[in-house]
Amino acid sequence: MAKYLLIESRDPFDSSDSEYFCELVEGISNRGNEVILFLVQNAVFPLRSGSKHNDLIDWLLKNKVKVLADNFSLKERAIKRPLDGVEVVDMGRIVDLLLEPGTKAIWH
Amino acid sequence: MASGKTLTIGIMDAPYESANSTTALRIINAALERGHNVNVFAYEGAVNLTMKAQQPHANPVKGTSVEQEQHPTTKDWVASLFNLASARGVKLDWVNCGLCVDERGAGDWIDGPRRGGPKDFLDASVASDATLVIPTK
Repeated sequence: MAKYLLIESRDPFDSSDSEYFCELVEGISNRGNEVILFLVQNAVFPLRSGSKHNDLIDWLLKNKVKVLADNFSLKERAIKRPLDGVEVVDMGRIVDLLLEPGTKAIWH
Repeated sequence: MASGKTLTIGIMDAPYESANSTTALRIINAALERGHNVNVFAYEGAVNLTMKAQQPHANPVKGTSVEQEQHPTTKDWVASLFNLASARGVKLDWVNCGLCVDERGAGDWIDGPRRGGPKDFLDASVASDATLVIPTK
């Protein structure tokens, strides 16, 4: 089982390939790998309650993807409380995850 | 205290163009704060991040002065990262791609960065504990 840190920076309203990236995330997870998805910059927009892309995040959570969100990006965009199941983290946590042995990091 | 670990980051975005630049600098800052060494390979437009002649500006639309506007420059942010590395006793090795620099006439940098090429990025990645590439959109 491999460990993946997948970093999404794009807003699905702005970039349709954001949904394809989430399909990649789900596919890697369902092949038995440990997958963490970190949402940063405009990628946190689907975490605002009421967004039509809430379902995308819920779908990933149900598929055993751990979803993290950047605290700074949330504050910049006035998202005070992200969806249930999403962990709010600072950049230090991401550095820790990057440096975990065997982790493969991919930025989108 | 130095951890002995090294993180390598490849960046490509020019300053003031994308949130990627801010995020990259935040990752570098967090890694240095945790006592890790950091290698940065600045490619394409990212070689402009360290240009010495960058100047903050006033905002004529709002009528604010340079001092009131407090406009940040990426060269000051990068300089502060070098200071942080020094204070933490770790190494920040910032390489600006030489060919990208020459194409852009962007060779007058703050103290700290050095000139290099893609081979430096490969060597740094091989010798590092982790590598992250932040590409342009």
